[in-house]
Amino acid sequence: MEGFHSLLNGFAIALTPINLMWCLVGTTLGTAIGVLPGLGPALTIALLLPITFKVEPTAAFILFAGIYYGAMYGGSTTSILLNTPGESASIVTSMEGNKMARNGRAGAALATAAIGSFVAGTLGTLGLAFLAPIVVDWALKFGPADYFSLMLLAFVTVSAVLGSSAIRGLAALFFGIWLGLIGIDLQTGQARFTFGLQELLDGINVIVVAVGLFAVGETFYMASRAHTGEDEITPLKGSLMMTKTEWKRSIGPWLRGTLFGFPIGAMPAGGAEIPTFLSYYTERKLSKYPEEFGTVGAIEGVAGPEAANNASAAGVLVPMLTLGLPTSATSAIMLSAFQSYGINPGPLLLTSQANLVWGLIASLFIGNVMLLVLNLPLIGLWVKMLKIPAPQLYAGILVFATIGTYGITQSPIDLVMLYLIGGVGYFMRRYDFPTAPVIIGMILGPLAEQNFRQAMTISAGDWTVFFTRPLSLTILILAALALMGPKLYSLATRKTA
Amino acid sequence: MSTESPSSGHTGVARGELFFALGSLALAIVVLWQTMEIPVSPLYAKVGPTVVPMITSVGLLLLSGALLYSACRGGWQPEDERTTKPDGVALLWVLAGLVLNILTIGPLGFTIASILLFTCVARAFGSRNMMRDAAIGAVFALVAYLGFAKALNINIGAGLVENTIESVFFAKTGR
Repeated sequence: MEGFHSLLNGFAIALTPINLMWCLVGTTLGTAIGVLPGLGPALTIALLLPITFKVEPTAAFILFAGIYYGAMYGGSTTSILLNTPGESASIVTSMEGNKMARNGRAGAALATAAIGSFVAGTLGTLGLAFLAPIVVDWALKFGPADYFSLMLLAFVTVSAVLGSSAIRGLAALFFGIWLGLIGIDLQTGQARFTFGLQELLDGINVIVVAVGLFAVGETFYMASRAHTGEDEITPLKGSLMMTKTEWKRSIGPWLRGTLFGFPIGAMPAGGAEIPTFLSYYTERKLSKYPEEFGTVGAIEGVAGPEAANNASAAGVLVPMLTLGLPTSATSAIMLSAFQSYGINPGPLLLTSQANLVWGLIASLFIGNVMLLVLNLPLIGLWVKMLKIPAPQLYAGILVFATIGTYGITQSPIDLVMLYLIGGVGYFMRRYDFPTAPVIIGMILGPLAEQNFRQAMTISAGDWTVFFTRPLSLTILILAALALMGPKLYSLATRKTA
Repeated sequence: MSTESPSSGHTGVARGELFFALGSLALAIVVLWQTMEIPVSPLYAKVGPTVVPMITSVGLLLLSGALLYSACRGGWQPEDERTTKPDGVALLWVLAGLVLNILTIGPLGFTIASILLFTCVARAFGSRNMMRDAAIGAVFALVAYLGFAKALNINIGAGLVENTIESVFFAKTGR
């Protein structure tokens, strides 16, 4: 069992006092930003990217992964008590969870969410530890053409399939790809889209774009409709101890949620929304108490989706660590952290950076235990955080946004750019455009171009290379199906109806 | 290949969406124009620096066209989103905070610029007590500044306030 040995070695790394400290900081910070509306893991990790200049890679990734997992836990607290899902993956949790809270069962809802997250997070991390070496063996056979096709598939699924509209998702994606192209082309030394500005030669920093879209744009949007409705916090009632029946009703949904979340998260499509919805509808079908769904709140409707959500978070790390393929905004920003260390994520990562990868995976197990403690006995602390009034919260977010961007370069140009992208972010939010594809396009676009060129160089300029390699062709067919499938399906059903 | 359902009850031109689509079209045209401006050395004629930019600009053009078409046929927003008027005054307060921040962060330093930003944004979200917000902003900015400067050794923009504090409290450590 070579994998088992590597994992033990990983624990030796993760259990050093300094790495335990980073894990605790990450999980605590992650829970906090998960609880607070308006802050998400992608934004937080982007703001913390400058520490990659000061901290060694293993520690930085333990911190980032702690934030990533922690935000998943914290997000459920907000959606249960406030009925404002902090992120799209917890929309489903708020449907049943908030109803339970309103009927005096907030304690049980929070408990099943936290324990379910723990079960799914632990199983998902186990899945990651076992699956990663297998995917790597397979991925070593990939040529540039296959990689390019795989990236196309990821582009299609993150923008066209997961959102509400293929056109708006793809428009956001292409905008991101364009942002990623700005600067000097590394292969030819040719400046592109710099408009004669010296500052643009190095390209636009991903921090500026992520913070602009997620912090500045979001603040504009929330300010523009601050007076339209007030959220009220449902008081924390009911024991945090689940009854015997509640345990019985939760276990099945936890395990089924994990089975939905991990594989879907691990696919190059990624995304946490689909598994949470699948889990929700499955549990509603299977439940012995269907009358509780949508009325007083059914515990199955919290347990399943919360587990699915956390398991998919673990799943998303599989393509990220083995293929260098990010399928969410958060993992795209983690990928740019790898780049800032000069590390190339890909199939070689597991051997060339074994300590980093296995230390990271081990710390995810440890982080899950920490998060269970942080989110059950200490839940009162986070409920207090929900009471931070919106004016001071968003004012603080913007001050932090300034630190994150101006702090790195001290260049007012970066601030101007931050605010301009913030303006774009506002209009995208206002007109219902997804913002995650922008980040993914910006990070993955240049990598796709690089693989495209390599493939074309190997094939001596023959465009058919993408269709003659069986692997590449298969992936391209999948991408075409993902793009056209829903449309064809709706056409077919319309005819029969 | 629109995935919008045409049955939102709205059939006229949606103004907001039209402006958005036009903006996107303008961007697509700029991208296309800038792509044409990229000189191509014959050495790289195979997959030169313009191939992917060209694909990107054509993609943006097509998608802007689709958005424009959708906007002219009633737009894509749900009815309740369309009828909520954005709070223009609040948006102006945020904008004022950002502009003041850019103007002051160079000459006056991070703390003062942050106080101005904090107060304006809090005002945008309906806070009335500007003096209290300024005080919270000052504490917040100073803690953040010292945290970065002392713990991580990252200078995030010193100015009048920061230098005074440095010389009073951290005189031993030098500058």
